[in-house]
Amino acid sequence: MANQPALGTRLGIPFFRHLRAWPATVFIIAGLVVLPVLSVFYLALFPTDNIWRHLYNTVLFRYIETTLLLLAGVGLLSFAIGVTTAWLVTLCRFPGRRVFEWALLLPFAVPAYVIAFIYTDMLEFAGPLQGTLRDLFGWQTRRDYWFPEIRSMGGAIVLMSLVLYPYIYLMARAAFMEQGSNVLAASRTLGCTPWQSFYRVSLPLARPAIAVGLALTLMETLNDFGTVDYFAIRTLSLGVYDTWLNMGNLGGAAQIASMMLVFVVVLVTLERIGRARQRHFGQGKPNQDSAIYTLTGLRAWLAFLACALPLVLGFAVPAFQLASYALGNFSNYWTDDFVVISWNSLFLATAAALATVVIGTLLAYGRRLHPNRSVRLFVSLSKLGYAMPGTVLAIGVLIPLAAFDNSIDAFLRSRFNVSSGLLLSGTVFALVFAYSVRFLAVAAGAIESSLDKVTPSMDKAARSLGMNSLETLRRVHLPLIRPGLLTGALVVFVDTMKELPATLMLRPFNFDTLATYVYQYASDEQIEVAAMGALMIVLVGLLPVIMLSRSIKGGRKAAAVLPVAEQG
Amino acid sequence: MTTTIKRTVKHLTLAALPLAASLTVTAAQAEEVNIYSYRQAFLIEPLLNAFTQQTGIETNVIYASSGLNERIEQEGRNSPADIILTPNTTILVDAYDKGLTQAVESDILTSNIPAQYRADDNHWFGLTTRGRVIYASKDRVEPGEITTYEELADPQWEGRICTRSGKHNYNLSLFASMIEHHGEEYTKTWLEGLKNNLARTPQGNDRGQVKAIMEGECDLSLGNTYYFGKMITNTEEPEQVEWANSVNIVFPNQEDRGTHMFISGAAVAKHAPNRDEAVQLLEFMSQDLAQYMYAQENFEFPVKPGTPYSALLNQYMGDFVADDVSLTAVVDHVDEASRLVDEVGYDF
Repeated sequence: MANQPALGTRLGIPFFRHLRAWPATVFIIAGLVVLPVLSVFYLALFPTDNIWRHLYNTVLFRYIETTLLLLAGVGLLSFAIGVTTAWLVTLCRFPGRRVFEWALLLPFAVPAYVIAFIYTDMLEFAGPLQGTLRDLFGWQTRRDYWFPEIRSMGGAIVLMSLVLYPYIYLMARAAFMEQGSNVLAASRTLGCTPWQSFYRVSLPLARPAIAVGLALTLMETLNDFGTVDYFAIRTLSLGVYDTWLNMGNLGGAAQIASMMLVFVVVLVTLERIGRARQRHFGQGKPNQDSAIYTLTGLRAWLAFLACALPLVLGFAVPAFQLASYALGNFSNYWTDDFVVISWNSLFLATAAALATVVIGTLLAYGRRLHPNRSVRLFVSLSKLGYAMPGTVLAIGVLIPLAAFDNSIDAFLRSRFNVSSGLLLSGTVFALVFAYSVRFLAVAAGAIESSLDKVTPSMDKAARSLGMNSLETLRRVHLPLIRPGLLTGALVVFVDTMKELPATLMLRPFNFDTLATYVYQYASDEQIEVAAMGALMIVLVGLLPVIMLSRSIKGGRKAAAVLPVAEQG
Repeated sequence: MTTTIKRTVKHLTLAALPLAASLTVTAAQAEEVNIYSYRQAFLIEPLLNAFTQQTGIETNVIYASSGLNERIEQEGRNSPADIILTPNTTILVDAYDKGLTQAVESDILTSNIPAQYRADDNHWFGLTTRGRVIYASKDRVEPGEITTYEELADPQWEGRICTRSGKHNYNLSLFASMIEHHGEEYTKTWLEGLKNNLARTPQGNDRGQVKAIMEGECDLSLGNTYYFGKMITNTEEPEQVEWANSVNIVFPNQEDRGTHMFISGAAVAKHAPNRDEAVQLLEFMSQDLAQYMYAQENFEFPVKPGTPYSALLNQYMGDFVADDVSLTAVVDHVDEASRLVDEVGYDF
């Protein structure tokens, strides 16, 4: 690309003389994706009233304290679960390992607000567990004994970690596999104990990938509304809703949302600076089993337990509970609408996964070819949507779409006296656009960390063989980063299945997804009716996990020289 | 990989077809009305079905718990919205303030809906009313021991009251009515007292508080009237019947201003493309049949005077004095109420 004349020159546009095709692609795509975030910034310029003095004098620091505590708790616990399990299934041989490899992703299909409902039902005073204990020991009231309060900061941290750790697991496992076992073998020869080689070799090498997973976990925690609202954990995201809906100050709410976003950006930047000088390229030999430790006896059982526990608590228990609610009264809750509703969810999730993977690949590849400041800035900006509370972002999506529709309509009215009405607003396209804006960071994170592992000598070799940049992408990079693409697609698919605020606000008439169905009943306190929908989310969420593990199994033989992130 | 993509693309195309078709069909129908609803779709479905049966007008619904006013605002003159349905006055007034509503002059509406439950300029209308009452433990609170909202701040209730978040619209609305009646200073002191009396950090929903009373965690709670009906008739979760049976309903302030009331209501959108159908729907909802259905199925009170109550409403909530303070005046204080909740640290 560097040797070709610039796009602007070739097209004869003097002003864009220096603009090349890939940077131009990055600017256009990232520009579109960042529009909703910019719309929120724009809203933040026009608060109806300055909320900060009031917040500062009253609850601001409590909101911040609660938010930081929740972030720290969920961050630490998800990190511990995600990294431990990823390490065990990748580098150790123990019973059940092959199943855990994919099964550990399953909790991801359970929406956080659903797991919160289920565990509250089971563990609260009136729930079956405490009831049994009371019967057993003859206790009468709450004051007779101590039992941990599920609706608490601790409860929120545990439950959110149980469904969010797969982000870290996914990224960490890919990184551990890509490291190849020879690096670890070398460290062992140099005298490291297994723990030392983990802390001093594996973990630092996997840090960029783990950081991506951790960032996604923390952003999801920061944006959560359903769980914290239900558990009465007053985080900043409740402050956003309160300022908007109760104080009638959308601008003020946009300000808090923007502040949260700045907070995330600072965090991510700090982490980037921390590993600025590190750069590793894949040397992995995937056909060779990556496991180097064979665990036996007690150790094997401990490894088994460490993997089984998050799987049972984060998936088996809630799925079983949902199934018993839903199937216990199947004929009452099942309606034929479920076929349509599930299809809607499936369709939207697939479209969003495809859209984000295509956009993410174009952006990541554009950045690889032209890693200059403005390209990098645009790529980073395009990922901001994930760090913003969903409802606020949904309003940000409304603004540019409606402005586009209304401008075309106004033009047609004035010129031809016909009205085009709303072309994009309130259509399925608006939803897919919203999901792309929201989840691009997820897909892009997986794709970039894969692409960064491909050594630049590959590019040079391909170019010296006469391929242009697009051919190189198609024939060299895409096959190489396939695990990253699939991972990104999987995560976006499942995230879209669970997405609620944007779907509620932007959808067409008479259009339900599984998530909106669940919400409609759950918000009316009809958990049993909602269970059928929640169970469908979990079941449909299983599909991509199974497809992914199968597809990678099949692809492994074909791509023998490649760093493989997933093995089924 | 390529075949997977091809297959996926084929599936997507297949998927897009029925979606596109359903959109055009909806747009092409002659008689329809488009509803942007802040109330759950399944709650209004029986009413809408009855409406379609009676008039032949099809209904299209979008339900969301927040953001619909913002959507209509952005969609501007091309917005397909005909009617905005809401569970409270705050959203109606917000729509009105944003200029999203239009006046409806209809004798049917003005004769069915008392003046206190609609806007002066007929930009919005209340369709049902609900009361915010005190639920008191049958075992631990003597009848007559508490009779007013004001007494909730009394030290004798220390550690004995449960409520949901002070930031919830239902609580804010009650607090706002306290501001309207007593002023901000009094309300702040009252809120501090109420906060001191809380048995636990505000959490859960209105039903959850009644459950906490049954479990002995507290003796009093605040809740809306219809939740009692929903609990005591709950066949899907029979344990809720027990919760309801553990409390008495106290309608506060019967000797003076009466119990705080909310409305659920509706407004016709300013750029409604199907204005006539929208007005028909609004009128239908204010008539006997719809009013009775509302009361029967959702345990809300009809706004139309003289509509018969269901047996359950008659048994438990038949006769009480309702506060007739201006709803708009209360909404004007919601922002202040929300700030007071922060100032006394109610939710922490």
